[in-house]
Formats: sequence, C-alpha cells, structure tokens
Amino acid sequence: MDAVFFWMFAAVMVVASLLVVGQRNPMYSVLLLIVSFAALSGLYVLLNAPFMAVVQIIIYAGAIMVLFLFVVMLLNVRTEEDGAETHRPFDIGPGPRRFGAGLAVVLAVQLIWALRRIAEAPFVPAGPDAAAQTSVYAIGLRLFREYAFAFEATSVLILVAMVGAVILARRDPHLPTRKEQ
Amino acid sequence: MSAALIAQLVVIGFTFFMLLNSAAVLVLMERKVAAFIQQRLGPYRVGPWGAMQPLADIIKLMMKEELRPKSADTFLFYLAPILCATAAFAAFAVVPFGADTTFFGLLDEPVKLMATDVNVGLLVIFAITSMGVYGIVLAGWASNSKYSLLGGLRSSAQMISYELSYGLSLAAVIMLAGTLSLREVVDAQAGYWHLFGVLPIPKWYIFLQPLGFFIFMTAGVAETNRAPFDFPEAEQELVAGYHTEYSSMTFALFFMAEYINMVTVSAVSVNLFLGGWHGPFLPEYLGWMWFLLKVFALVFFYIWMRWTLPRYRYDHLMEFGWKWLLPAATLNLLVTAGVVIWMGW
Repeated sequence: MDAVFFWMFAAVMVVASLLVVGQRNPMYSVLLLIVSFAALSGLYVLLNAPFMAVVQIIIYAGAIMVLFLFVVMLLNVRTEEDGAETHRPFDIGPGPRRFGAGLAVVLAVQLIWALRRIAEAPFVPAGPDAAAQTSVYAIGLRLFREYAFAFEATSVLILVAMVGAVILARRDPHLPTRKEQ
Repeated sequence: MSAALIAQLVVIGFTFFMLLNSAAVLVLMERKVAAFIQQRLGPYRVGPWGAMQPLADIIKLMMKEELRPKSADTFLFYLAPILCATAAFAAFAVVPFGADTTFFGLLDEPVKLMATDVNVGLLVIFAITSMGVYGIVLAGWASNSKYSLLGGLRSSAQMISYELSYGLSLAAVIMLAGTLSLREVVDAQAGYWHLFGVLPIPKWYIFLQPLGFFIFMTAGVAETNRAPFDFPEAEQELVAGYHTEYSSMTFALFFMAEYINMVTVSAVSVNLFLGGWHGPFLPEYLGWMWFLLKVFALVFFYIWMRWTLPRYRYDHLMEFGWKWLLPAATLNLLVTAGVVIWMGW
C-alpha cells in the first residue's frame, strides 16, 4: 500500500516539476509548483512525519507560493512570448548564457553523483520509532538544543534580507539617489 | 468490514452531510436574523416560516445558466470554486464534535466523533485554510475582470495579514494544552476551577486567554471574509468581488464555502476556547449537544455582527491587522509563554 502511494506521489511530483519548467504561462507554473509541493508533503506523511508534511504545506505551498502568485499577477506577464528572442527584456547576451549553461552542467554532474551515492547506501524504511523522532516535541528539542545557533543565524539572515528588500524598494525623496552620490 | 470501520465511515459521511446542510440552513438563518435586526419579515413564502427557502434557492441556482467571460482562463476559472469548496470541507475533517462514543452501546469499542484524528490537527486546519486562499486568488485572476481581480487581491492580502495573528493566538492555546491535537486540547479543558473554593468555573481557555479569544475571533472574521471585514465583496466598490463573473453552481460553491468556513472557524474556536463538548448538566455521551449549541451561538454572533457593524475602510483594516492585532497577539503569546514556564505547566 505504501509503495503504491509512494509511486503515485513521486510520479505527480516529477511530472508537475517538469511541467513547471515547460509552461508558457507563469501562472500555471506557480500552480504546478504548488502541486509538486503538495505531493512532497504526501511523501512526508508516508515517512511518518506528519509535522513536516503540514509545515511543508503551510510554509512553501501556503506562504511562499502566495507571494509568487502575487508577483506574477501584479506584473501581469500573461504569456512568455516565444520566437522573438531578441526582444526579450531580460536578454543577457551570449557570454552570460554560456556561463549559465556551464553552471547547469555542473549541477547535473553533482545531481548524478549524489544520486549514485544514495543508490549505494542501504535504504532504511521508516520504522515504528519514526513517529517519535518526527514528533513536534522531538523536533523542537533538536532545533533549540543541537541546532540552536543555526536556527538563530537563519532568523538573522531573514531579517537582513527583509531590511535589504525594504531599502531596495524604498523611494524616499530625502535619500540621495545614485546619481547625486 | 469491521463494525468500527463502518462506524467511522458513518461518522465521516455524517460530517460531510451536515456541513452541506449547514450551508443551506445558515443562509436561511442569515436572512431571518437580518430581517429581525432590520424589522422585516424575511423569507416567509416558501414553506412554513420560510423554512423551505434554502431548497428553493438551491433549485434556482441549479437551473440558472452557467456563464463564463469570453476572455477568462477556462481551466482556472472552473478550478477556483472547486478549490474553495474542497478546502472548506477538508478543514473540518480534523475537527472533533463530541466525546468518543459507542453509539449508546451499539459498538464494542468507542469511535471518535471526527472524520480523522491527526496528531497535528491544528496545523492541518491552518494549512488547509491557507490553501483556500488560492481559490479566491485564482477566481479573481481567471475571470479576467477588474472587479474580480481587485477583489481577489484584497481578499488574499487580508487573509495573509490576518493569518499571522490567527496563528499566534492558536500558538498560545497550544502552549497551554501542550498538544496540537484538537481532541486533546478539548480534553484538557474538562473539569472546573473553584473560585474562592466554591464558585465553579469551567476550565475553558477563554478564561485564561480572553485576549487570545478576541484575536482568534477577529482574525476568524477576516479569514472568512465576513462583515465588517468583507472587502473582497464590498458591493459598493467591487460589485461582488472575486465571484463577480460567476453564476449558477460555480457561484453556489463559493457561497457554500463561505458558510462552511464560518462553521469551521466557529467549531475550532469552540474547541479551543469554549471547552468543546464539555459543559454542565449533560452526561459525556451527550456532549455533542453542548458543542452544537456553542457553535450555533458563535455563528449567530457572526451574523449579528454582520448586520450591526459597518464595513471598515481597507487601509484601516490593514492598519488594524498589522499595528494592533499582530502586536497584541505577540504580547499574548509571550506572556502566556512566560506564565507557562513560571507555573511549570
């Protein structure tokens, strides 16, 4: 039974993720990404980690994707025009494009290497104690004892990002613009 | 099939059926209460006391023509109401509405009076509610109409803003109860405190968390897009907001989702703050009567509020959410945390 669900969720996830890249309409890309996240949350449930599953939905599918959706809706990019490559606003020229292609190759190599390593390691199915390990209590203890520093550092990082975003988006007439400096 | 499984399926089917009915009954209730408040009669032609009005409404909605704007995105246009209604139904799946019961001795082992018992139930409700936002946003976008888009944007901005206070007021209760399961939260509220040694006060969290209850209810009104926070549908400005372009059953789905959401928010706040099915006089196995009574009272409160208070201005709503409700919820959470640690609960 678990195996059936695993393959179902996995298939939905892979297909949805592929379609995210293949869509011409960014709105559909965002929605397919949500589908992919939902399937991932299903996988967490199969791994006896309901807390992770729900948090995955709340944070990724709920909070972050709503912001994505907002950006797509407000920018009103209806469809990505095909063909007319030279008229694209984000045309970056051949040099950066080659650099990007190189990065993609590096990523692919890394992925293959990582997947091979996983294939070598024995697969340990979620045992009866998995529920205890993934309970909110256990996760809370781990997060605030063993990984307290990482946790706090992340929150500082998010604060920095937030302040940065505010400064970038702000158009205060009293602040000197770049030209005046 | 074992008896327990059949009983569980009956409970699930019953929950679904009652939610479906609650939407119809609430429409009648809303119209009757509104009429009472405005010194009118309300619906009275269909059946005695207008009691058959919901049935007539349903037939009317089903007979109406299904319209779709020419430039709408067909797939998303029809997906949106389905998402909304599904999220509304799904959220109730983890809400318990009575103590474990054997159906008056019919079963050997008691079944839980809830569709499914998840040990992170509260978070599940929270997650599904946040999925419901997509239905509204998509309806606004896919209709390809300015009223719908503005309504959808407003609604989602409002829901996202109030979700924070909603979650923080939940967190305070979670800390007091020490569990994320709604059933266990209710069980933690059984029994009485004795004020001055005599006066019994039920151990409901509303007495420990009055501010939390207020925040939860306010955020709940905003989450369900009800007056005085019904900006998505502000008729005077936006015709009908995100469902302007919808007709017939697609409109009915949005309408139904709104009422079911109202029931869910009321049921959750009854479970969190008002002791769920615990109450005086009635034995434990009849606790669901208390539960229904409390939910009914809260729903009545919602309707009462809608027909009494005028709509806020949109910037006031945002200011209230971010500058008052969120700090208050944070303070409430911190104080609760401090007390919980200090008292060593």
